[in-house]
Amino acid sequence: MQEPPLPDRTMIDIRGVSRSYGSFKALDEANLSIREGEFFSLLGPSGCGKTTLLRMIAGFDTPTTGKIVIDGQPMDGIPANRRPTNMVFQSYAIFPHLNVEQNVAYGLKRLRLGAEEEKRRVEEALAMVSLTGLGKRGATELSGGQRQRVALARALVMRPKVLLLDEPLSALDKKLREQMQVELRRLQKAVGITFILVTHDQYEALAMSDRIAVMFGGRIAQVAAPKEIYQRPVNRQVADFLGGMNFIRAELVEEAGNAIVVDTLGFGRVRTERPPAWEGNGRAATLGIRPERLRVLWDDARAAHEVAGTLIERHYFGEITHLVVDVPGMEKPLSVTETNDFGADDLPVGATIRLAYDPDALVAMAD
Amino acid sequence: MKALARKWLPAYAGLYVIFLYLPILLLPIFSVNASPIPQFPLTGITTKWYRDLPKTPALIDAAWNSLIVGVAAAVLSTVLGICAARAVTRYRFPGRRPIQGLIMAPLVLPEIIIAISMLLILLSLGLSLSLFTVVLGHVLICIPYSITVLVSGFEGFDRSLEEASADLGETAFGTFRRVTLPMVAPAIISSLLVSFTISLDEFIMAFFLAGTETTLPIYIWGQLRFAAKLPGVLALGTLMLAASILMLTFAEAASARRTPHR
Repeated sequence: MQEPPLPDRTMIDIRGVSRSYGSFKALDEANLSIREGEFFSLLGPSGCGKTTLLRMIAGFDTPTTGKIVIDGQPMDGIPANRRPTNMVFQSYAIFPHLNVEQNVAYGLKRLRLGAEEEKRRVEEALAMVSLTGLGKRGATELSGGQRQRVALARALVMRPKVLLLDEPLSALDKKLREQMQVELRRLQKAVGITFILVTHDQYEALAMSDRIAVMFGGRIAQVAAPKEIYQRPVNRQVADFLGGMNFIRAELVEEAGNAIVVDTLGFGRVRTERPPAWEGNGRAATLGIRPERLRVLWDDARAAHEVAGTLIERHYFGEITHLVVDVPGMEKPLSVTETNDFGADDLPVGATIRLAYDPDALVAMAD
Repeated sequence: MKALARKWLPAYAGLYVIFLYLPILLLPIFSVNASPIPQFPLTGITTKWYRDLPKTPALIDAAWNSLIVGVAAAVLSTVLGICAARAVTRYRFPGRRPIQGLIMAPLVLPEIIIAISMLLILLSLGLSLSLFTVVLGHVLICIPYSITVLVSGFEGFDRSLEEASADLGETAFGTFRRVTLPMVAPAIISSLLVSFTISLDEFIMAFFLAGTETTLPIYIWGQLRFAAKLPGVLALGTLMLAASILMLTFAEAASARRTPHR
């Protein structure tokens, strides 16, 4: 699906925002610029500061230092109820004493739109989240997925400039979660509102976002599009968090402008792009290659770039098999993910196998 | 064994209920008996004892006192209970569980011991006994009940509900009116009714701490010495019983409304 390019206008500007609780720094000098109409994710493990940042954008928390600007308007001193943002809470926070319709209309009541217009907007919002006809249902009679939709409708009906989503799918089971990921993405493109999603689930972030900010320990480690983040992580931590990665120790041979040349055990001499966060760490360097970028070579097939080793472990996962291959000279065995269409699930442990790779898949990164 | 249990268990349950409620049932029956002696067969039906009640000034005084003490104790224990329940349900702090246990202790401590201890302390503080001291005693007794009711009411209250309201544009006052109050009001009403009922029937504390004042239970106790006054006591007891049942039913209904579908 070809998506229209985003308007290049900044919706949220986070300038040097920090938040300390006593001596604990929950967020350390965050700088971010989020575009209008963008689906932006804050991804990281718990305690990385992503929720703190989201709550400061919503107005539930105040930066210790720094500035948050929404749509050109500085937010200092503006309380949550006067911000152009709405939030979908992790617990959904559906008002249990109100029915679905009353929940969705909650924020509209203050706008005094008149009964007719209010009803129209509520209906419209319920239709948007496929809850038409459930308006009279009590809040406590809803399933988890329905509660999630009510929370979404209640926020969207306010037509916010920015919709904030705090781990909105974490309470749903796997199947429903995957379905909601697709739906949320579609909905976001349809309404064109800037969405900011907080999640610790890398697949969720990769599947839904235009851009992702990966956070660790209160700092933003990398901001990029999903593919870029996954394929060219700036450091080991980001690489690790987004999925399996084989780390390969390398020695710097030559720096040539944007590229570097390194020597490795196993993969030989490799020329690769210089990582953005590269600090000349003497002559040592780290390369990485994702397990699925290594392919088993069958029989006497040949590839331009190969690495050979002994299969020491095999783990079956239905559609894929994880292989662990010991390569002579390498300090750690390689992880390989192979689809099961050619019989990787039948490879005998102890066999010598050859793996093909594309040198472009070997990326250098900071430690 | 199983068959035996199936046969005798209902009978046992029936006996149990009769044992519990028969004496209480006798109260209204003898209160309309024409003869002042509580004895079967009834000699006739009369409402005389009820009609005489308002003509007894001492009784009216005692009723007023009980009403004042009841309302004061209910309000005080509910206010204190709200603070405690809010703290217990919202914050985690060191010693939370022991404190919770200590607050609930009056429920199981012998009341007469508490009453005597309170009497000693109040007197050594130089406070003279009055309705005020009775209120203090009753608050002590009512608080465990208040807290039990309020904690269960507040437990379901998710803080993000208040945040969600603010997020949707509502002011702090609006949030209190549209979200907080409707959600905790049933528990508060329930706590008020339960505390009032407990205070209304409470004898030991009142007996020790009232000084020269009388509350209804003390009045009834005093009347029991005169056989001729017994029917009036029965009538009064019936009314108090009805009031208690009514209030506890309301309290139960109020707390049931809180969790409509669970």
